[in-house]
Amino acid sequence: MTAPDKTLTTPTQTPNRFERDTRRKIINMVFVVLATGATAFAVGALLLILYSLVVNGLGGINLAVFTMDQPPPGEVGGLRNAILGSIIMCTMGMALAVVVGILSGTWLAEYGDGSRIASTVRFLNDVLLSAPSILVGLFVYEMLVRPFHGFSALAGAVALAFLATPVVTRTTEDILRLQSGALREAGMALGANRGFVIRTIIWRASQSGLVTGALLGFARISGETAPLLFTSLGNPFQSFRLDQPMAALPTTIFQFALSAYDDWRRLAWVGALLIATTVLAINILGRVLTRGSTHK
Amino acid sequence: MASVGPTGAASRERETPPGAFGETAFRSLCFGASMVLMIGLAGLIISLAIGGWPAFAKFGFSFFTSSEWDPVADRYGAAGPIAGTLITAFLALLMSLPLAVGVAIFLTEFCPPRIAQPLGMAVELLAGIPSIVYGMWGLFVLAPWFAAHVQAPLAASVTPGSWLERAFAGVPNGANIFTASLILAVMILPYMASVFRELLMAVPPQMREAAYGIGSTSYEVVGSILIPYVRTSAIGAVMLGLGRALGETMAVTFIIGNSHAFPKSLFDSGSTIASTIANEFTEATGELHVAALIALGLVLFVITFGSIAGARLLLGQEKYK
Repeated sequence: MTAPDKTLTTPTQTPNRFERDTRRKIINMVFVVLATGATAFAVGALLLILYSLVVNGLGGINLAVFTMDQPPPGEVGGLRNAILGSIIMCTMGMALAVVVGILSGTWLAEYGDGSRIASTVRFLNDVLLSAPSILVGLFVYEMLVRPFHGFSALAGAVALAFLATPVVTRTTEDILRLQSGALREAGMALGANRGFVIRTIIWRASQSGLVTGALLGFARISGETAPLLFTSLGNPFQSFRLDQPMAALPTTIFQFALSAYDDWRRLAWVGALLIATTVLAINILGRVLTRGSTHK
Repeated sequence: MASVGPTGAASRERETPPGAFGETAFRSLCFGASMVLMIGLAGLIISLAIGGWPAFAKFGFSFFTSSEWDPVADRYGAAGPIAGTLITAFLALLMSLPLAVGVAIFLTEFCPPRIAQPLGMAVELLAGIPSIVYGMWGLFVLAPWFAAHVQAPLAASVTPGSWLERAFAGVPNGANIFTASLILAVMILPYMASVFRELLMAVPPQMREAAYGIGSTSYEVVGSILIPYVRTSAIGAVMLGLGRALGETMAVTFIIGNSHAFPKSLFDSGSTIASTIANEFTEATGELHVAALIALGLVLFVITFGSIAGARLLLGQEKYK
């Protein structure tokens, strides 16, 4: 390594080296500017979207949005049936997803661990995590809509559960893995069996993380449109029957946004603003909760 | 010999403690829950295969090569939507990849930590915004703007008959393959940026420090240390973004123009598999029409499953070792 150093310090080489260093500096500067520019552009584009969402949606928010059902074109109305329908189906979907997801996440972290079958389950769960949601809609249509000859809220809830479960499974496994082995050993040393230790010690210690998993799953499904299009279909009236079609906020937005009526379009913006704020709020809440648990 | 009795009894008691049945039940319950998802995935594939079978059987290989999609004559060829899906997804990736890499590098390398933290979190939060919001923005804001400020001037300035005119031909309403790709790019950008950022942050600090220590510029550190270090996972992240773009429904359905013909230019209206299913499924009355749509779903599943599975294999390499 000494030889090149010598050549670099010889007088004839010096201008070359300066030249090279200047070139390196210029390349570096261009690089920094490009990366900064990319960030500015990306953040700008995303802010632009949020800006038009707020500008177009905020003006339409009033009490009627929450107290009245969707109107025929040209009349006053709100989104009550869609909001309630979304809440009902998402809650039902989450109830299913939390039970299945926490149990399967527990199996992956505590029992399956490194076994071949657990790696397969983990891998396929990760694939399901980003599978196109419209295919889930098709699947549930084939399973629950076609055989029973009718769209139903129940089918919508099942489709949503199918999308949320991988999220809950994944976060449950990650969170349970964070708990120290000493906790498990301490519980077992007292004579408790494994399942008892998991239920009373490990789950309790990871409580906030499990809630975060559920919240992330909820955030994921509350804006889903595609799987509901052919399962719960939508319903212009308020309905609480699970065997009947039910409205949901995203499907109503879809229908209203593509319509030719200005007042329907305004309501679609309001709905989009509501969904975006809900999802953002849930995501932030989930993050705040886990931040508390990791600091402990 | 007398002592054998009591110890034997004690060890038998230890073999079957009071909660043993509960333990087995709980364990099986957990195992059953993970199997529910696997059965669901298997069911999804099987139901798509069965539902789409009539279309495959009727049209054979021409289902993939013909671009004639005609519900009235009951003839279905999926070349248009399949091409639309691939073109929009790759265009979106092409546009958002450099930006996502730039954002991730800026956040991990140049940005002061005090700003990087909230900015990074904002990017992650944006990745969670439902696609229907992006779709609405595309329909009401991007498409009219694009028609007025890009398509119209372009159409006026290119010479008629040239290859440029053919590349940019299309109905000037802003609803076309290009704007759909643009929306997709904006949508997968925060997602890919936050994955890249996580990868870059996971590079051991010694690597960076050593490189800076021998006098490297930031560009050299990023180009010859960081990027090679995360290469495999980065390809995984890209394929994950691609998988998202391929299967995205709502953002595209609003703005792609929904024509089933094979797209002829960049500004031609087209369709993707997902948008075709979303638009037609509830209105499909013919047996064969439904089958063709489900067959399309199976094609989409195979394409996305391939890219997501590949991505997970590349990404997962260091995670569970």
